Amino acid sequence: MAFVHRIGPRSYAFSDLKDLMAKATPPRSGDVLAGIAAASAEENVAAKMCLADLPLKVFLSEAVIPYEADEVTRLILDSHDTTAFAPVSAMTVGDFRDFLLSHAATPQVLSRLAAGLTPEMAAAVSKIMRNQDLILVARKCPVVTRFRNTIGLSGTMAVRLQPNHPTDDAAGISASILDGLLYGAGDAVIGINPASDSLPVIDRLLRLMDDVISRFEIPTQSCVLTHVTSSIELMNRGAPVDLVFQSIAGTQGANRSFGVDLAVLKEAADAARALNRGTVGQNAMYFETGQGSALSANAHHGVDQQTCEARAYAVARAFSPLLVNTVVGFIGPEYLYDGKQIIRAGLEDHFCGKLLGVPLGVDVCYTNHAEADQDDMDSLLTLLAAAGVTYIMGIPGADDVMLNYQSTSFHDALYVREVFGLKRAPEFEAWLAGMGITAPDGRLAPANGAHPLLTFVERAA
Amino acid sequence: MTPRDPWFSFARHTPARIALGRTGASLPTEEVLRFSLAHAQARDAVHAPFDAESMAHAIAGLGFKVLRAESAATSRDMYLRRPDLGRRLSDESRLRLAEAAGGDVDLALVVADGLSSTAVHVQAVPFLHALKGEIEKAGWRVAPVVVAREARVALGDEAGALLRARAVAVLIGERPGLSSPDSLGLYLTFAPRPGRSDAERNCISNVRAEGLSHEAAAFKLAWLLREAFRRGLTGVDLKDESDLIAADTRVALPPK
Repeated sequence: MAFVHRIGPRSYAFSDLKDLMAKATPPRSGDVLAGIAAASAEENVAAKMCLADLPLKVFLSEAVIPYEADEVTRLILDSHDTTAFAPVSAMTVGDFRDFLLSHAATPQVLSRLAAGLTPEMAAAVSKIMRNQDLILVARKCPVVTRFRNTIGLSGTMAVRLQPNHPTDDAAGISASILDGLLYGAGDAVIGINPASDSLPVIDRLLRLMDDVISRFEIPTQSCVLTHVTSSIELMNRGAPVDLVFQSIAGTQGANRSFGVDLAVLKEAADAARALNRGTVGQNAMYFETGQGSALSANAHHGVDQQTCEARAYAVARAFSPLLVNTVVGFIGPEYLYDGKQIIRAGLEDHFCGKLLGVPLGVDVCYTNHAEADQDDMDSLLTLLAAAGVTYIMGIPGADDVMLNYQSTSFHDALYVREVFGLKRAPEFEAWLAGMGITAPDGRLAPANGAHPLLTFVERAA
Repeated sequence: MTPRDPWFSFARHTPARIALGRTGASLPTEEVLRFSLAHAQARDAVHAPFDAESMAHAIAGLGFKVLRAESAATSRDMYLRRPDLGRRLSDESRLRLAEAAGGDVDLALVVADGLSSTAVHVQAVPFLHALKGEIEKAGWRVAPVVVAREARVALGDEAGALLRARAVAVLIGERPGLSSPDSLGLYLTFAPRPGRSDAERNCISNVRAEGLSHEAAAFKLAWLLREAFRRGLTGVDLKDESDLIAADTRVALPPK
């Protein structure tokens, strides 16, 4: 179906739904790279106006990527809940924005609506929302998940402790874990990106984390962010796998470039749940996503990168994950050029994920070849905290010495806790207090050079 | 000055910025400025010009034949905005490689500037020196080493196919980190041809003095290459278990 929108004497034509969506997207380098961005600022707004008039129902009859060609499209349409969709089924995209911002759209109403929304609907409405809209609505969509603690409660924000080391050295990783715990971080997960994809190395890292978590009875979970097939193999060999990780994307072809499909994700999710290692819940999957991955894999079908990203959340929610995060500035300037584009994308991703019922965290980050710096990250972090982000990354000094990018630090997490009064996952908060790491007001207690946790690094060394 | 944390002695185990100390919830002044300086240096590393000529000369000095090549990206700015161009050879380079190709070989090697020419300047020659030993031990036939400017990993697919190689190894400057502006990455692809996906490659990262040594990286790459030839594939179905071998037979581990 083609679309036309007139502005004064000028008429703007959009060849189909994906063309309209792409042209309506706020500017970003990745859509320019793909050759699908609006050619002028006016065309961009014309597309937004045209999109605002579009009935939401169109997204159920016109797929941006054909049903026959893509298993993610099949997942989205086959799992769509028409009963949940009913309250908004007569709305246009523009009406839907107004509804989301209205006081009628309470957290309870939005939570019931999630299964009735497709990622394309979420992406479409986000394109006509300003940053403040994305913040206000996301804040009304808490998503609660559980494994060994409770993630996502209103008024809380969790932190993934990311203790990466360039050679996966046990003592080096232990030192970063210790640093993070003593800075009050680690409730989302202790999650290592291994430098090696060697199974014996990954097995050793899993045992290292399992050892510290069980010895000190930390109410958290561990993860080595390796390929899902490696995690399956390690589970078969009896390794202590808490969360199974995988990078995912919003098209079948992009997932294939990651070496996965829905079937292997299901196999992994079933295997992880069967281990029954959670104590308060069994949300056992951890996914990472990021705008640009489908284009990077040459598997975007002419669909804009933000819509592809929202489709990845449909993949994620099919497997009841504990954690999902967009790695928003990691992919580089060819997809998100500068701080402004990274900030916008981070807010869009968080909004779309939450609206779809996914426990979305954000890796607030940038690389050294992007036009961005720490001030941009401070801005995005603050905006996301206002939006109720599920979790952020915690990396010593914000410098990931293995992956070579800058994210957020343990200090950054403390900063947003100060500004917004955000608590940690309650079980973890209680553990920190019990260990004397935090004072009764939740702030860090004075550093203790004789803390019992220090013995664990000494043993690893 | 704000003191570091009492577990500061553990910083000897890791280049990570641990035990920084704090003022309230925030970083001490000294660390904020130290971080700014590192970021400034990494930004400079991205934009430092690639000295392909010296590189080619030094690689020839190891006894390899060398070919120069450029990607279809004609400037650094275009390289950063248009990764598709960095994955393709320029028309001229494509002809040059096609003309230089001889009979079938086992391995093609591509030295690419990637996102850190600094990394390639520092690591490529000592790594190739170490790899040469493994190549001679295995008796592999090797194509001329391609030194490529404004190049991304997938450029190796086209280069490997043109040079009629059973596998291609791309040595490339990784995106510079704050603490590691000079880290080299190695990407191995069996049966290279344009259109290969990243899931069809094996990667060895962090090759540098403070990371994986040149000798250990050469050992790993040779292990993967032997397995790739034996099983006829690279990628997610080829798991790197070289550490298992190394652990079983300590003598096989090259000295640190």
